[in-house]
Amino acid sequence: MLKIGILAVQGDFAEHKLMLTNLDVNTVEVRLPNQLENIDGLIIPGGESTTIVQLLDIFDIKNAIVKKAETGMPIWGTCAGMIILASSLTDSRPTPLNLMNTVVSRNAFGRQIDSFEEDIKIDAIGEPKYRGIFIRAPMFVEIGKNVEVLAKLKNNKAVLVRQKNLLASSFHPELTSDTRIHEYFIKMIENQIQNKK
Amino acid sequence: MADNNSTGTWEVKSGLAQMLKGGVIMDVVTADQAKIAEDAGACSVMALERVPSDIRKDGGVARMSDPTKIVEITEAVTIPVMAKCRIGHFVEAQILESLGVDYIDESEVLTPADENNHVNKNDFKVPFVCGARNLGEALRRIGEGAAMIRTKGEAGTGNIVEAVRHARSVLGEIKRIQNMDEIELMALARDLQAPFELVKNIHKTGKLPVVNFAAGGIASPADAALMMQIGVEGVFVGSGIFKSSEPQKMANAIVKATTHYNDPKLIAEISKGLGDAMPGLDVRTMPEEEQLSVRGW
Repeated sequence: MLKIGILAVQGDFAEHKLMLTNLDVNTVEVRLPNQLENIDGLIIPGGESTTIVQLLDIFDIKNAIVKKAETGMPIWGTCAGMIILASSLTDSRPTPLNLMNTVVSRNAFGRQIDSFEEDIKIDAIGEPKYRGIFIRAPMFVEIGKNVEVLAKLKNNKAVLVRQKNLLASSFHPELTSDTRIHEYFIKMIENQIQNKK
Repeated sequence: MADNNSTGTWEVKSGLAQMLKGGVIMDVVTADQAKIAEDAGACSVMALERVPSDIRKDGGVARMSDPTKIVEITEAVTIPVMAKCRIGHFVEAQILESLGVDYIDESEVLTPADENNHVNKNDFKVPFVCGARNLGEALRRIGEGAAMIRTKGEAGTGNIVEAVRHARSVLGEIKRIQNMDEIELMALARDLQAPFELVKNIHKTGKLPVVNFAAGGIASPADAALMMQIGVEGVFVGSGIFKSSEPQKMANAIVKATTHYNDPKLIAEISKGLGDAMPGLDVRTMPEEEQLSVRGW
């Protein structure tokens, strides 16, 4: 049975856990580097990216995640997670993991009163449209080589992208009851395991 | 933003609180303090004119902060900024919303403006957090539109006893409802003076429909971890940081302890050499008129 790690230093990790549990996937909460051993994939949840990165640095989890990513293990970042996976940010802080060829701007849609919901068309998961929940959401300002855009807003801004084993969304599938993007991520992991064999 | 389908929905209001979970929200009175809090790993800051222990000392009427101060703080940090309005003072709330604060705390720490009615929080696009001493109070606030709850504790005392009492009361009541027969729920809603629909919802889910933090008296990493182990989802630290002898160290230690709340060895390491915690007050010898938690109902 698959085991997916959920980075649990801060943020809405419990919501991801519930989604995966409902899909019959084992989960493990990751707060220290040794908890990254023996997992098949990792989710970096929504939360405050400055807080999460700080706790990654202090407890030396950063390098452990980067090493796992380099072995091809699938990683999905939602909102703060998308910020943390980027190559660089338009802000000076925090320092991201530099795993995806993306440049990201934090809180780029405005403050909390500008947070919004929008239905998004995502071919990779089919109909119906997906209800995207955007909370002080980040925005991709540059999308580089090998990064495939899987979904855009009506205003053409990319909100879901994939680069091989890495997936990033600026919205929060874990806050809905629609499990299709979690299922898509599980398939990424299953394919990765197949290919290794 | 052009092309938004909808803003100010329940999902985005309660959703921001979900993002704060496992984190520490710190009271700050200047932009410099806000930066220290952000650097130390705070997931949000509460912009104030005075921290609760000073409000307590100074007496008089405590109001919403000067907008200049709130704007300075929102410009100094990239994490969400909260600010307090008086209980029932919906114009202070309107002002805070217009300033672009990310969350409003309708707070008993300030002097109440209306002793009967709280702000109708459903009227606003900005989300609200409200204090509660027990489940009935929490559900009344959620009924008015609060998208996040914090147990009140006794602000500005550096004494955790009331925070523990209030968190245990809310969480204990929830467990009790879960074990009740459905037929008993209406009488319970009457006793709690709580909306029936929300009582039914708790019977079904076993939890509050919004995120629940602890506040009021947290002054050490161990205090924060205690509240997390009791079952809250994050903590507010008011006077506990900038009234301690080494605020930066204390702030960072409380952030770490809130994440690793189940790891006593780590909390022991974190707790070493932090200097003096804020001076504390005994709540038992405090006359009721000095207690902030009895404000609001």
